[in-house]
Amino acid sequence: MSKKKGFAEQVASTQIWKSIFRHGPPTNARNRAAVVAGNVFLHLHPIKLKKSGVQLGYTWCMGGLSFFVFLSLAVTGVLLMFYYRPTAEYAFNDIIALKEHVPLGIMRELHRWGAHAMVITVWLHMFRVFMTGSYKPPREFNWGVGVILLVLTLLLSFTGYLLPWDQLAIWAIAVGSNMAKATPFLGHGGPGAVLAKIGDFIMVSDRNDVRFQLLGGRFVGEPALLRFYILHCVFIPLVVGVLIAVHFWRVRKDGGISAPL
Amino acid sequence: MRELINKLSDPIFSFPGAMLLYLALLRYYRIFGSKKFAKIALVVILGLVAYFFADPNFFLIITTPDNIPISILFVLVSFFTWLTFHKAAENDKRIEQGLCPIEGTPENREKVWTWPNLVYTELFTIIAGTTFLIVWAILFKAPLEEPANPTWAPNPAKAPWYFLGLQEMLVYFDPWMAGVILPGLIVVGLLAIPFMDTNPKGNGYYTFQERKVAISFFLFGWLVLWLYLILIGTFLRGPNWVFFGPFEYWDLHKVVAENNVNLSEYFWIKGLGVSMPKNILLREIIGIIVTALYFVVGLPVVTKLWGKAFLKSMGQIRYYIFMFLVFSMVSLPIKMFLRWLFQLKYIIAMPEFELNL
Repeated sequence: MSKKKGFAEQVASTQIWKSIFRHGPPTNARNRAAVVAGNVFLHLHPIKLKKSGVQLGYTWCMGGLSFFVFLSLAVTGVLLMFYYRPTAEYAFNDIIALKEHVPLGIMRELHRWGAHAMVITVWLHMFRVFMTGSYKPPREFNWGVGVILLVLTLLLSFTGYLLPWDQLAIWAIAVGSNMAKATPFLGHGGPGAVLAKIGDFIMVSDRNDVRFQLLGGRFVGEPALLRFYILHCVFIPLVVGVLIAVHFWRVRKDGGISAPL
Repeated sequence: MRELINKLSDPIFSFPGAMLLYLALLRYYRIFGSKKFAKIALVVILGLVAYFFADPNFFLIITTPDNIPISILFVLVSFFTWLTFHKAAENDKRIEQGLCPIEGTPENREKVWTWPNLVYTELFTIIAGTTFLIVWAILFKAPLEEPANPTWAPNPAKAPWYFLGLQEMLVYFDPWMAGVILPGLIVVGLLAIPFMDTNPKGNGYYTFQERKVAISFFLFGWLVLWLYLILIGTFLRGPNWVFFGPFEYWDLHKVVAENNVNLSEYFWIKGLGVSMPKNILLREIIGIIVTALYFVVGLPVVTKLWGKAFLKSMGQIRYYIFMFLVFSMVSLPIKMFLRWLFQLKYIIAMPEFELNL
């Protein structure tokens, strides 16, 4: 006589459950290996890893948190896109509508504070990786990927800063993009730009320099809003996604989380 | 008392103060990293926070929604800086005794199952992170100001907080340096770190003793330059980018005398008592020579005094790239001190070519 099965066991023995999870509960060695290797998300991990590598005191979990915040930004960002139109006519009013007509709306807050949080976690991740010397061979390349990801994180946050289309937004971007004006030889206010002319023809002006390319105009206007919107919602997230894949892949291929040699 | 704190937080005093604190931290990192120090520091900091928050002007700036992340960042950085030195001090002591670092003990080298050891930690941090973000989102509304108006600039117009270190550099450098060259060098320098640091020690564990030079330079850039400048740029720069102490009201009409003088004016007008030469190169010749000397003479002198061992162990290419990056980084504090001591504006001033240094 077998004992009566509990509810959890009954669920776990249904055909539906078994079609999703093709192994038993992860309570023995075989199943613990199977659960990590057989799950597309969990298989980012190795099946086993050094004890020092799972200690919060060692890793601070800042890389993991950065990835988590990035994912939550992707989710809240998509939800925000339902309500937002990137034109000078609608952008600000859409944010107002989001604030006033969406009950219990904290998506914009989650997205904005999440963006700040990601900058912080990425910086702290770099801080930890430096302090444990984890950029040293064989991880030099992955450190470089990380530096690029850090720059892209700042650019993601910076391009998103413009989208509410309020005073805070356009003037912060004006201050930031004015730096591009001063790029040597490529910005019309930068060193050497006055030298780049043929006769009366000025080659670098405010109508064709790097700031113009960035903003799609001579000041922060509607073309800049559209450019920043596309960079923020499509282009940079795609690049970041690819680089995160490379970053994680190389963490595994370079020997996992660093530990004494 | 508040007057005094307002005065002392002016970069003229607080930057040298930050540098001294940093040197003390490196020198006495074992004390800094002790649990006793952490407890005392916590009490002192909480006391200071209470004192600072009681001031309405400080409260106004610190609770601006977009400034909250900076406060969070500084709490976290303080904690993690302590933690790294705590762990480094522990390991350095072990290494002195001939033991391996804690991360390398047989117990810690042992392999454990990812499930449940790692996945549960991850689950916990995800839940904690989600809770934290939701609480933050409920407590603080995302800021929204007046609709965009390209014809009316707010004063001060500030970049997002993570770029305020760069904006603060604009006080000492022109945009082409503060906004383009130096940030570019920061990224290049970060990318180059693994290729410049040939020290095989300290890979995979916390230590200070075994990586003194690398850690000292990195933390100088990260803590004393990058984070300090963000702090100043966010909390202590008001309208017209004028300095305001933490307890000062951001008065739009506060006037600060700006009588900075270029090196060329010092040389020709004040020094020789003649008018400035018409020829631009001749006019700026002293500045050009000084800048050239900084690298051409500075590099060999520094190499002779401190760098010989590094030159040998790193090889010429690594060493000179490293030194170029260090000299570029140090040019910022040098420019700051020159400004404060001599009201020096530009070392080379060629507004004709937008080339001011």
